[in-house]
Amino acid sequence: MSKKYEIRLTGSGGQGLILAGIILADASLMQGINAIQSQSYGPEARGGASKAEVIISTEEINYPKVQQCDLLLCLTQKSYNEYIATLKNDGILVVDDSIEMTEISSATIYRLPILQTANEELKKPMVANIISLGAITKILNLVKEEMVLKAVLNRVPPGTDLINTTAFNKGVSLIK
Amino acid sequence: MNKNIKLLQGNEACVEGALAAGMEFFAGYPITPSTEIAEISAQKLPAIGGHFIQMEDEIAGMAATLGGSLTGKKSMTATSGPGFSLKQENIGYGCIAEIPCVIVNVQRGGPSTGLPTSPAQSDIMQAKWGTHGDHPVIALYPNSVQEIFTTTVDAFNMAEKYRTPVILLLDEIIGHMREKIDLSIVDSLEIIDRKRPSCTPEEYKAYQADEDLIPPMADFGSGYRYHVTGLMHDETGFPSNNSKVAHQLMHRLMDKIDKNVEDIVKYEEYMLEDAEIAFVAFGATSRAAKEAIDNLRKKGIKIGLFRPITIWPSPQKQLLALSEKVNTIIVAEMNMGQYTYEVERIAAKNCNVEFYGRVDGQPINPDELMKFAEEVLL
Repeated sequence: MSKKYEIRLTGSGGQGLILAGIILADASLMQGINAIQSQSYGPEARGGASKAEVIISTEEINYPKVQQCDLLLCLTQKSYNEYIATLKNDGILVVDDSIEMTEISSATIYRLPILQTANEELKKPMVANIISLGAITKILNLVKEEMVLKAVLNRVPPGTDLINTTAFNKGVSLIK
Repeated sequence: MNKNIKLLQGNEACVEGALAAGMEFFAGYPITPSTEIAEISAQKLPAIGGHFIQMEDEIAGMAATLGGSLTGKKSMTATSGPGFSLKQENIGYGCIAEIPCVIVNVQRGGPSTGLPTSPAQSDIMQAKWGTHGDHPVIALYPNSVQEIFTTTVDAFNMAEKYRTPVILLLDEIIGHMREKIDLSIVDSLEIIDRKRPSCTPEEYKAYQADEDLIPPMADFGSGYRYHVTGLMHDETGFPSNNSKVAHQLMHRLMDKIDKNVEDIVKYEEYMLEDAEIAFVAFGATSRAAKEAIDNLRKKGIKIGLFRPITIWPSPQKQLLALSEKVNTIIVAEMNMGQYTYEVERIAAKNCNVEFYGRVDGQPINPDELMKFAEEVLL
């Protein structure tokens, strides 16, 4: 199999999307798949639209930046508005269900209660990134779930293993 | 998974390479997008008995780096454009006083404070001509996390071997991206330490060069007393206005690099065997060029890449050979045509030299390079 996935994780600064990107890249390497993680930042990272990029490929990755997304995650309306145009026509869109979708798209769309699950069910807004990661892992079906979970636990602060494992599994189960 | 395979950021790999090369001292002043280099050095150096100091400004950061090296500790500093400007006077001091050290410049958009968080490759000429007066320059520019590690080791080795400051150029893209690195190479690295005197302190002349044009260097504080100055100086290190002394010192400083170009010049050639057109690119842009080349090759276009890893001294011999082989060279760089001047100087008598660049803080992407190459071919 030869396949390159360009993934863009977008939301607002502070939602932990860069960490999610790093974890996904980590897990890919653990499984022997190539990965590059990059980000753009600047004034907009402080509360505005923020993005993390991951490219996963079974082959060498030359250009390290995402050009057209195979998978786009949007956790805020602002990030959706800003980045929806960068999704490939046959790409995958993962959006929080609080987002009002204005564009008609031929993409495969997953509209998921990510923020609600984090805020209300788990009472931990900060795990929205890990819930997203669970959902993306299930959708991509490329990097193994146990590999991503292992990478999550390698990167999260000590003492938060349980909540992050729960969050990851919740994310996986959002995809039927 | 192989335990040596890690996901590292470019700036992080730079520190790991420096530590593997024997860095024991870092002095600097944090500046985006190089800050992680200072931050990680501050975490890691004390643990191995080394020292980190954050100075009051960029100028002092460079001065302390030179001072650390004079005491015998391999020393490094890191900065970006605005700080690189401030460091220039002391870089010149390092050149004439022959103080080995590594200066990392993670390039961002300029001039002045410019675009602090955006990539650029606009300090290419400053790396060569930033400090006044004729002076030897070694500047290296890797393009991957793995190569940042090995090139940082090379930078230290060349600094030590040739007793000169070495500039390591990165850009915001490769400095901040995270990528696979295989750290098993650590075991097979060649590490070079500066040549130290074999004579007694009484016999020691600090700037008396051996046949290889490099004077042995004693650690300050080890009993070898000597004088260090930015003025022209004789073998003892004391200032001299004698024109013969000045002539000899200037020529020795330049010759110690010029006569070792073969050892210093590193480069990569990609798909050049049958190429009729070639990109010349370095750092992040060379990665866009490779992707463009892969796509253009699928269309039957015979195109390749020459990637200087050693930017200065420039790979003249190799660029001249390239100019005799291809019809067109496209120099692609995130600036307004700096290395293009150097490539034109070497290649323009033999082939067409074109420039493609941008200075809007955005990386040069493979699509625009493909389009440009196709336009050139029309």
